[in-house]
Amino acid sequence: MSFELSAEDLTRDYGSGPVLEPLSFTLAAGERLAVIGESGCGKSTLLGLLSGMEKPSRGRVRIRFMEGTSGDSVERRPRSAFVWQNLGLFPWKRVLANLTLPLELAGVGKAGREARAFAMLDELGLNGLEKRWPASLSGGQRQRLALGRALIAEPDVLFLDEPFSALDALTRERLQDFLLGLLKRRRCTTVLVTHDIGEAVFLGTRVLVLGGRPARAAAWLENPLSGKPDSRERAEFFHMSRRVHAALSGSSLRKEDEPEGVE
Amino acid sequence: MRCAVPLRYALAAAALCLVWQAGALALGPDLLPSPGETFALFLRALGTAAFWADMGMSTWRLALGLGLAVCVAFPAGLLMGHCRRADAVAAPLVFLTYPLPKIVLLPVFFTFLGLGDAPRVLLIALTTGYQILVIVRGTAMGLDPACRKVFRSLAGTAGGAGRGMLLQTLRHVYVPAALPGLFTSLKVAVGTAVAVLFLAESFATRSGLGFRIMDAWGRGDAPEMFVGILGMSLLGLALYALCCLGERAFCPWRNA
Repeated sequence: MSFELSAEDLTRDYGSGPVLEPLSFTLAAGERLAVIGESGCGKSTLLGLLSGMEKPSRGRVRIRFMEGTSGDSVERRPRSAFVWQNLGLFPWKRVLANLTLPLELAGVGKAGREARAFAMLDELGLNGLEKRWPASLSGGQRQRLALGRALIAEPDVLFLDEPFSALDALTRERLQDFLLGLLKRRRCTTVLVTHDIGEAVFLGTRVLVLGGRPARAAAWLENPLSGKPDSRERAEFFHMSRRVHAALSGSSLRKEDEPEGVE
Repeated sequence: MRCAVPLRYALAAAALCLVWQAGALALGPDLLPSPGETFALFLRALGTAAFWADMGMSTWRLALGLGLAVCVAFPAGLLMGHCRRADAVAAPLVFLTYPLPKIVLLPVFFTFLGLGDAPRVLLIALTTGYQILVIVRGTAMGLDPACRKVFRSLAGTAGGAGRGMLLQTLRHVYVPAALPGLFTSLKVAVGTAVAVLFLAESFATRSGLGFRIMDAWGRGDAPEMFVGILGMSLLGLALYALCCLGERAFCPWRNA
């Protein structure tokens, strides 16, 4: 079954003029959209609208599931999952209980929950820690737990709101690698909000640069580089980063700055 | 100074006994019996059915009063802490009556409820209930609002708030998040409860440690009075220890 998430003339107005200029785009299953912009530019608003946590003032978000080869499309609520910067792990629940909470709330029985939880703990590299409290984990372990909890119920869409911005640079890179691995093993459409250029270019198969007030799409960049091995080491990575940077600062690169001309 | 917890408590108890002994030497045995004499009498009292009857009666009244207080004040505190509309109505009522010394209502309760245990238990429940309510409400209000958002997103019902959702939120978020506050408030309430118990047992009853103290005082039997005081102190201490054990059992993430 295939899946498509589209925004149609999506906009949001909190009463004092629009925060977001009408925005339209379509994400196919497995695509990773990175939304980048300055703090307060409306990227979290966009995330709220796409996830259905916020109602748009105009326009709408459509989610279509295409069954088999017939091409018939059905609209239903997607299963969505979130990871926020502050993670939202519950301190009064052990690692295992935190991890399986989405399954428990979905009514999955204890045996089924634990089977999936132990497979996930394996994937997260958290084996043997299932009886620990979140407070006794390292920052990176907590972050992996939050990612695992978001993915354990096999969501159709994963929303990440600056998930790694509280981490030091090295831990952040390691977690970006880790997240990419998790996502590549699934066909989970992802929307990531970030203010880190490297993170957007590393994780996003498409990069949306938001700028201005009200926020509008300053650039839409296709980024086939994302997901390739050692992408951070490649010249195209730096070029893409410069294009994002240029779009963020309001200028645009001249033609001679295309990849061949990278110094 | 780093040493084992029991040792530190033993040292503190010994220091208190020394002060007591010094006081006893200064005041004489008629005013303040020495710790040695009191402990000997206390041990003898432990072998009598009458002492245990009084101890049992006092414990029963305390347990009933505190139990009633928790059963009413914990849910009420959660409701006020999490439901703004309920709080808007209830908070003025609570905070207007909170500073009122509930103890002055004892004669009123005697008039309405007779001279049995009901007015005594009610007085304990009312006094400690306010303490529990105020602290639990504060704890509930202090819950990170992100917790609710995260929980909703995990349940996959963003924005929705059906009845099943409320029960799930209570079970997974509101109640566990408020438990540390409950135990903090109970530790405060236990001290208050013993104090109120003494007053509630000093009128119109012939049972309980409070009666025992007042009765011995009336007879001018200082050693016997101190046996009662020691019994009441130990009862308070035992309840406090029980609160600590309860906290360890119900909030295990706090000592991780």
